[in-house]
Amino acid sequence: MNGRNQTGMRTGVAARLTLPAALLAVALAFLAVALLPIRTVRADEHIIAVENLDYASPLEVLLSPDGAQLYVLCQESEEVRVLDAASYAVIKNIAVGRVPRGISLSNEGARLFVTNSWDDTLSVIDTRTLAVVATWPVGAEPSSVIEDRQGKQLFVANRISNDVAVLDAQTGEEEKRLLAGRGASYLALSPDGTKLYATHVYPNPSPHRTAPESEITVIDTTRAVVVDRMPLHAIAGVFHVAFSADGRLGVVAEYHPKNLVPLAHLEHGGAFEDTITVFGADVGRTVEVPLDELERYASQPFGVAIAPDKSRIYVTCGGSEMVTVIDVPRLLRFIHAHNGSFVQDLSASANYVVTRIAVGHNPRGLALTRDGRRLFVANRLEDTISVIDTRTSRVASTITLDEPKAVSVLRHGERTFYTARQSFQGQIGCANCHIDSTFDGLQWNLEPDGFGRNIVDNKLLEDVKGTQPYKWTGTNPDIPTECGPRTEKYFWRSEQYDDLTLADLVVYIRSIPPRPNRWRLPGYELTPAQERGNAIFERTVDKFGKPIPETNRCSYCHSGPKGTNQKIFDVGTRKPTDNTGLLKSAPLTNIALTAPYLHDGSARTLEEIWTVYNPDDKHGRSNDLTKDELNDLIEYLRTR
Amino acid sequence: MKKLCIIVLLLAAGTTAFAASAASAAPQVPATPAMPRYRFENFTTTNGLPDNHVFSVLVDGDRVWAGTENGLAVYENHSWKTYTTKDGLAHRAVLSLALDKRTGDVWAGTMAGLSRISGGRIDSYTQLNSGLSNDVVYGVSVEGENVWVATAAGGCRLNLRTGQWMLYNERNTPMIEIWTYGVSATPAKVYYAVWGSGVLEFDQKTGRWDKYEDPDGENEIVLFKDQGLIHEIVTSVSYVDNILWAATYFGDSRYDGRYWHNFLTKDSGLPSNFTNFIKGVDAKRAWFCTDKGLAYYDGVNWAVYRPSLKDGKPEMTVRDADGKVTPVAVSTAPAHNYVLGIDFQGDDIWVATAKGLSHGIRQQ
Repeated sequence: MNGRNQTGMRTGVAARLTLPAALLAVALAFLAVALLPIRTVRADEHIIAVENLDYASPLEVLLSPDGAQLYVLCQESEEVRVLDAASYAVIKNIAVGRVPRGISLSNEGARLFVTNSWDDTLSVIDTRTLAVVATWPVGAEPSSVIEDRQGKQLFVANRISNDVAVLDAQTGEEEKRLLAGRGASYLALSPDGTKLYATHVYPNPSPHRTAPESEITVIDTTRAVVVDRMPLHAIAGVFHVAFSADGRLGVVAEYHPKNLVPLAHLEHGGAFEDTITVFGADVGRTVEVPLDELERYASQPFGVAIAPDKSRIYVTCGGSEMVTVIDVPRLLRFIHAHNGSFVQDLSASANYVVTRIAVGHNPRGLALTRDGRRLFVANRLEDTISVIDTRTSRVASTITLDEPKAVSVLRHGERTFYTARQSFQGQIGCANCHIDSTFDGLQWNLEPDGFGRNIVDNKLLEDVKGTQPYKWTGTNPDIPTECGPRTEKYFWRSEQYDDLTLADLVVYIRSIPPRPNRWRLPGYELTPAQERGNAIFERTVDKFGKPIPETNRCSYCHSGPKGTNQKIFDVGTRKPTDNTGLLKSAPLTNIALTAPYLHDGSARTLEEIWTVYNPDDKHGRSNDLTKDELNDLIEYLRTR
Repeated sequence: MKKLCIIVLLLAAGTTAFAASAASAAPQVPATPAMPRYRFENFTTTNGLPDNHVFSVLVDGDRVWAGTENGLAVYENHSWKTYTTKDGLAHRAVLSLALDKRTGDVWAGTMAGLSRISGGRIDSYTQLNSGLSNDVVYGVSVEGENVWVATAAGGCRLNLRTGQWMLYNERNTPMIEIWTYGVSATPAKVYYAVWGSGVLEFDQKTGRWDKYEDPDGENEIVLFKDQGLIHEIVTSVSYVDNILWAATYFGDSRYDGRYWHNFLTKDSGLPSNFTNFIKGVDAKRAWFCTDKGLAYYDGVNWAVYRPSLKDGKPEMTVRDADGKVTPVAVSTAPAHNYVLGIDFQGDDIWVATAKGLSHGIRQQ
């Protein structure tokens, strides 16, 4: 595979095929090639199948307490695959809910918990029978789950409701929700079990055009209350968190965007720092630690693990398709020798990053064996698990999940979306700004518009198909233009996509579905407030009986199922730094999730669109509305 | 003779016993009712408080929050820390406070919005950036997933789970005036103190509103005692043990769902009819924060704690059921007569006044 590590032997299931079986497989593959509409796109890439194929998409891996079984959470096939951790043979596939995202074991290992992010449930699996024994409703987009040491309470991070729910561990009944960071997603228990640490993937609200602010939310597990919030300044996108066995060292993987300066010079170390933050008694403070070095970026850090002897920190880098390995004693020496921030020093990582191990496409979750000798890495967009020998820091084997070998157009497009290989020095991929194919909550200054000009809010990609033209100004007529020349020239600063890669990327982006809307009632019925808001949205006369011009009605510009008539308007939001006030009417898909608002993100909330930025009624007639009515309108918009 | 002597002795003994019995049956001066006594330690700007104007106080275990005119102060481990607008507080003047007992989050009503303090982080809601009806937040109360807010433009309910704001005003409640001064929310009932519009009651089960007004309307003369709410200008409500305690600027009321009982200076131990804040302890007992001192009612007797109105010296008086007022010798008093809030910390009390915050340490 392009960019794949080739040092490890494939000793997994596929490699264990006997010669006749292998020959048969080759013959079948050729037969498939002959029968299916397929095409070859790159000499170093697998055959691409035009039709959609079913993939497993392993996102997280977890070892059973005795180390005998490896649980693989497969997001696309929506199942937990249980493998023998020695032979890697499949023991059982357990179906769970929609788009599972988080997996953990109960305190005693008797139960396996899986959060299903799209149907807002928690699957409870008996680890003895490997059967789902309960499915509990939980909060909006549950993303990870942890049980406390006493087995009394479960903590569930909900990405959409920005909280950590506290559940009765035996009944699943929700007791309360604790305010976490925006996009709460990942949890880890301190080794002594007294504290729970929660991270979040979108930055907390902060004033316009200021550095993003994130936090590690610290929860006292005994009282189940938030006791601290460790600030992560200038961080937007915080992922897994892990601890050393002695509890003295904690680490989180994170993105450090540079969105306040023009996104222009990737060649000068431009758009993102890929970092971890370490904390705990060993460091005495929170210290942001860069992973990048010149020409060797660690794009999209996601999963973290600390070796049992605290000798190494392992970080999966989804965009760079590798695992970054850090020598902990060297890191600690470096930290203690440098009081100030060294996060923008591209030479710093050479002091503690000891190797970078290439793995598969889009590596995500990782798990260490109890003795620390093997590291399992889930390659989400390859349907493989890399098994790294930590003594040699090499991929010892690759477990191939039993899935189609061909690469579909969609998968190829998704790989292109996540990889950083296309950009200058492999710094960033589409997914840097579109976290998990969504958005990042940030405003960017894009160089082609001029330094300091035309600040733009990042947009959600869900359900973007058919909402052209693109860009806030609508100057890109279609996705190929948006993602092709524009991205290549202004973002990647490197080689252009070949035609088929761009085509597949476009196919993938057009396929990104909207997440289920959490404000809609079952059956798409509206609450009374939503009903009233809908009437305001659709109205043609104002409260004084005066007709509202067609172009100033909500329902005109935001018409259709996606909430846009795809036309250009001046809604009076032009700022002195904007070249134009003419903007395309924005789609309303999952609008409740995508704060801040307006083209430059100046409206922190939906309310501010009208309470602050619509003084002349140019963005719809709204100044005749009472506060109650504006609230109703917003309740309706949240259902879109 | 011997018999005579015995008879005389018996008679004498009987006479003595009768006399003793008669003496014990004679009317006595009643003892002063045992009312709680406190040693007050007062906090001002001289010992860490950011401002002496303390509008509200909230006890959260070992922590004490004080809403002042210059920030939200928290007292913990014998030291004060102050949150200001720089920390994200909606406004420097914190008028009201409420604790979400489940999560430990503190909600602060300010002169320019509602702030949520959670694990040291402050998120603020205003009428511009949220569904909050008005930035002047006089009262706040947390019940389950709902935060109930009393503002200068009606009441609001923020559902923490859905993020939905519901507004309550003259359009959807019997409220005439929309100047809501206080709110007390429980899973069964929610009460709003409305300045000029009596008390509003929301039944959580039925979703219906009801209203309690002064039967005399705006007439300042009370025609029939205990006929209903004492006055339309309601400043504070407290709903405890199915009992509504209501404070007005013209006396206070207790309502048990059937009967009203009103308190005025002329027929109770209230030091003033001008009551800023009221807090029920249970169905019988309540504290009254007036412009002329802090009063405690145990269901029968009253106690008043304040610096003397004459000379400012510490003063405590007890009024018994018969109306007899007895001074109690004390050496400390709340920081000022103008009392704006109170909360309980075990047997201790914390009192917000116009010139400092007072910690009443229970003595007996």
